[in-house]
Amino acid sequence: MSWLHIMIVMPFIFALLVPFLYKFFTPRIHTGWFVFIVPLVLFLSLLKYIPAIADGKTVHHSVPWMPSLGINYTTYMDGLGLIFGLLITGIGTLVVLYSIYYMSKHRESLHNFYVYLLLFMGAMLGVVFTDNVLVLYVFWEMTSISSFLLIAYWYQRKKSRYGAQKSMLITIFGGLAMLAGFIMLSMITETYSLREMFNQVDVITAHSLFLPAMLLILLGAFTKSAQFPFSIWLPDAMEAPTPISAYLHSATMVKAGIYLVARFTPIFGGNAEWFWTISSIGLITLLYGSINAVKQTDLKALLAYSTISQLGLIMCLLGLGSAALYFGYGDEATVYAAAILAAIFHLINHSTFKGSLFMVVGIIDHETGTRDIRKLGGLMGLMPISFTLTIIGSFAMAGLPPFNGFLSKEMFFTGVLNASQMNIFSMNTFGLLFPTIAWIASVFTFIYCMILLFKTFMGRYQPIKLEKAAHEAPLGMVISPIILASLVILIFFFPNVLSHYLLQPALIAILPIFAQSGGIDVKISAWHGWNTELFMTLGIVGLGTFMYIYLKKWSRVYGLFSQRWTLNAGYDFAIEKMERFSQGFTNRYMTGFIRDYVVYIFAVLIVMIGGSLWLFDGIAMDISNDAPISLYEGGVVVGMIIAAITVLLAKSRLTAIIAVGVLGYLVSMLFVIFRAPDLALTQLVVETVTVALFLLCFYHLPEFRKETVRMRFKLTNLIISIGVGVIVTIIALSANSTRLFEPISSYFENSYDLAGAKNIVNAILVDFRGIDTMLEIFVLCIASLGVYTLIKLRLAGRD
Amino acid sequence: MKKPNDIILHAVTKVAVPIILAFSFHLFFSGHHNPGGGFIGGLAIASALTLLFLAFDIETVRANIGVDFKVVAAIGVLLAVLTGVGSFFFDAPFLSHTFDYFNLPIFGKTELATAVLFDIGVALAVIGTSVTTILSISEDR
Repeated sequence: MSWLHIMIVMPFIFALLVPFLYKFFTPRIHTGWFVFIVPLVLFLSLLKYIPAIADGKTVHHSVPWMPSLGINYTTYMDGLGLIFGLLITGIGTLVVLYSIYYMSKHRESLHNFYVYLLLFMGAMLGVVFTDNVLVLYVFWEMTSISSFLLIAYWYQRKKSRYGAQKSMLITIFGGLAMLAGFIMLSMITETYSLREMFNQVDVITAHSLFLPAMLLILLGAFTKSAQFPFSIWLPDAMEAPTPISAYLHSATMVKAGIYLVARFTPIFGGNAEWFWTISSIGLITLLYGSINAVKQTDLKALLAYSTISQLGLIMCLLGLGSAALYFGYGDEATVYAAAILAAIFHLINHSTFKGSLFMVVGIIDHETGTRDIRKLGGLMGLMPISFTLTIIGSFAMAGLPPFNGFLSKEMFFTGVLNASQMNIFSMNTFGLLFPTIAWIASVFTFIYCMILLFKTFMGRYQPIKLEKAAHEAPLGMVISPIILASLVILIFFFPNVLSHYLLQPALIAILPIFAQSGGIDVKISAWHGWNTELFMTLGIVGLGTFMYIYLKKWSRVYGLFSQRWTLNAGYDFAIEKMERFSQGFTNRYMTGFIRDYVVYIFAVLIVMIGGSLWLFDGIAMDISNDAPISLYEGGVVVGMIIAAITVLLAKSRLTAIIAVGVLGYLVSMLFVIFRAPDLALTQLVVETVTVALFLLCFYHLPEFRKETVRMRFKLTNLIISIGVGVIVTIIALSANSTRLFEPISSYFENSYDLAGAKNIVNAILVDFRGIDTMLEIFVLCIASLGVYTLIKLRLAGRD
Repeated sequence: MKKPNDIILHAVTKVAVPIILAFSFHLFFSGHHNPGGGFIGGLAIASALTLLFLAFDIETVRANIGVDFKVVAAIGVLLAVLTGVGSFFFDAPFLSHTFDYFNLPIFGKTELATAVLFDIGVALAVIGTSVTTILSISEDR
């Protein structure tokens, strides 16, 4: 166990303690204060790794878990993992601090809350620090499950349960697809270790499973990161408590997919499929999210769609940057690698400003009782701190100076502009689409940022519509968003500190081709001069302001798109149809009639056995070894046939019973003819007993509806019964015709020497194969006890 | 229900039952070398008992044969299993049988086999189960 292992396990272990702490200290001390220690310690100890990672070192430890299967709990930390680790623990610390003031210690079941939160934190750390793909998958699913639990934290509400179920279905679907992809990769490379896979990129690229593995892994990443069209779970996940929305659904969990894409870029990157899938899906998501965010009236829904949009942006950049791997190390690669850099940079920026925005929205919700934009307004004077924080957050999101969003947005534009100049992957045809769509999406981003800011804080204050009189939040609640907002500004002014210590190592982790040359020198500066990117930003501000002012006029366009054609409606429709269909399907064949089930069983028997006999050419007719048929045998068989037909056509049940008896006695006649005296004796007695029991049953049939009609004719039954008869006959004849081995009966002829018995049958029954007999008398015993208990213990029916 | 005077049936039964029983024992003991054995022997004994139940009523038979047939079945199964377990004492696999010839005082040279013990178990189990079944059903009025 290394310290890295302990770090991952620590939240899990602490989660075990939380219920006890809650039990003993509530309501004196808020449970959150104890939990607060965990992410803080983790964050501080992760900071310690920064210098070493920045020097290009990596940390790597292994603990055997299932060594015989090659599954080891191997942790691995490089620049990429470190960034995510810092985000998870850092924002985790702030979120826990915020939740201490947000979640009431009197009304809420905090033990559940913090247990789920710690589970999530541990799982997330596991995802980013794990080297073994199967262990990675385990942690991945744990994030899905803990997120499910957190979304449905207020499980009394229907919408929470709906949102939790939806996110569960979608993310687990993707997770399972990802598992399949991982298994394919490990089949190709014969290892579960990511680092060993990186060494076999050539093998993977050449393999026929390359594309399926890539698509399946991407499915996992896209569902988790709410990419189009799997984004629908994210807005519904807003039913979770706001600290959770801030933590999971803006800063960490939704970035697990980003992490996965970045992590697998060394393997899959540099291929046209990877490039196109990721960058086009990212671009679509960017546009889809930003357009939808504008029409939301709920603040959290607006932020959810903006998260989707920003995740699309990061995804798109990762896709564009993967082109660098196509070129190998060189000047051209450096140009595209800037996109990767922009992706990681924006990832950090997004976590800071989106986290703070969610927290502010939580404060507004907490202090006014609503998140509806239409009810809010004029809060600027009442809540000055929240207003300031919102300005910082939303301007950063819109990409304005002097906030960090400006820098990463400029880098994003650089990325898409460079991509439009690309002449590989048929980009010279579609290249111009990238900057165009990116620019349009950014205009919408600007608009919803302004909506978020001005509709909430400007305008008229409407106290009648609010549940509570609005006032500023307590200090403890604003500490976390203040820290995040100051980071937003600090990163703008000192971006190169970040780039040197965090971005460069991460870049090397994503694009290992730069590792040999010691990385590329990254200089992020706020001022590039009058270049295209700046003009694009100016255009966004201009058009965005114009469109925001005339929002009322043109937003009616949204009404033109019918609610029936949204992705959500599609999801609901599909779920409902699937349920209906499966219910209808089950009702169709599970009729409850044993007769039908017997038909299924026999039909399957006919089809399977008949089909395999046909396919494998198993039908054989060879009568050369058969004994001649004697007159007696013929006579008995004719009698049996007559008796059998009588059973079928009998008008009364009594006739059928007697005919069955006749059949049984004729069978014992056959035994006599075929020289099986023991069988004949037994058959005689058993047949007598059976017929007597049948008669008993017949006698006890209820009086009402006593039918003495002949069995009704049904064509299916006829076909099925003839089919079964034919199949069984064919099997018997074919088996008889193809004797592969000598029978073993000659051995039993030694029964006198071996068992001292002249009666072979009895010797076999009690000596050679005595266990069968023993178990058969068990069967008899159980049957008679069953009869006894059925009759004697009729507790329910007794009157 | 009026009770018919079936004296002939009673008389015939009294003669027939010993004969059937004797035949059953014959079937049982001849099983080692001739057709017969535990199963059929047991069934035949059960049929003799059934005849008794048919001719006389159940209570009368119960009063004369004070045996719980469920216990008989259980003893039969137990005997069969114990015969199997017994072979463990001689370091042999489960259900290994042995046999040998002895000179007994009356019978002379006779073959004694452990398989017969097993067969007795089978017979008892068969008697017990079949009589239990028939009695349970017929008592159910």
